[in-house]
Amino acid sequence: MNVLGLFNYWIVVILMMAGFYVVIAQENMIKKLVGLNVFQVAVFVFYISMSKIDGATAPILGDEFEVYANPLPHVLILTAIVVGVATTALGLALIVRIRDAYDTVEDDEIQRIEETEA
Amino acid sequence: MAATAIAIVRSRKLFAAVMLSGIFSLIAAVFYVHLTAVDVAFTEAAVGAGISTLLFLATLALTHTSTEEPHKPVRPLPLLIVVVTGAVLIYGTLDMPAYGDPEAPPNTHVIPRYINESGTEVGVPNIVTSVLASYRGYDTLGETVVIFTAGIGVLVLLGRGRRRWRPGLKSKNEDDEPGRGAEA
Repeated sequence: MNVLGLFNYWIVVILMMAGFYVVIAQENMIKKLVGLNVFQVAVFVFYISMSKIDGATAPILGDEFEVYANPLPHVLILTAIVVGVATTALGLALIVRIRDAYDTVEDDEIQRIEETEA
Repeated sequence: MAATAIAIVRSRKLFAAVMLSGIFSLIAAVFYVHLTAVDVAFTEAAVGAGISTLLFLATLALTHTSTEEPHKPVRPLPLLIVVVTGAVLIYGTLDMPAYGDPEAPPNTHVIPRYINESGTEVGVPNIVTSVLASYRGYDTLGETVVIFTAGIGVLVLLGRGRRRWRPGLKSKNEDDEPGRGAEA
């Protein structure tokens, strides 16, 4: 089996797990969102690397080209990037609101405040 | 790229983490160009590296977060979960088609039709554009709906109710909102 041909997937897995670790281990919510972004980019890289074909050019039609990269993942990821930013904006707005209510953006401190109030 | 990701994980300053995520997006964009996905690279550089970083910085400014976090040791349980998940995913990749394989399943189904016919059917030389706007037009419509909803959500969350609470932050709020309109 061609192990080198799977190298791109391993990079994706490493990036994905780095983002995942930030999301579940960090207390700071802004940091969590940064981690979520890293995770997201890892998924994008996964899709785009599947669309790569050896010796292919960018999928723009021209007379001198024969082989084109797969355009469908490009389209899907184009959509996903923009949607990703929209969700990030929503998450950040929520963080601003949380900080208004609790005066902190640290997960554990909010937990403590909740417990003392209850 | 992996190095930047690990730097993000290890960085304790929030500002540094946000800046590193911008750099991370930019490197991703360069990588997309290498993978011949020029449209995606363009969007990632503009939206991922530009607007995202801007939004993060705006939030940092609005929340006045202390940028220096106390040092936290590596937490064993999350690390274990991450390592196990990563190992399972790597095991899963063993069945994936090799990088750049023209016979891989994702490259053999609808794609030949898009490549061969879109020039005459849609008339736009850029295949990505014709798929985005014509063959998958409903997808794009759905995308705009999502962005619209997110925009409304942001406006509701940061809108009038908040200003009544904290009149001091009013002007900052108004600076923030036009940026969100532009991204839609």
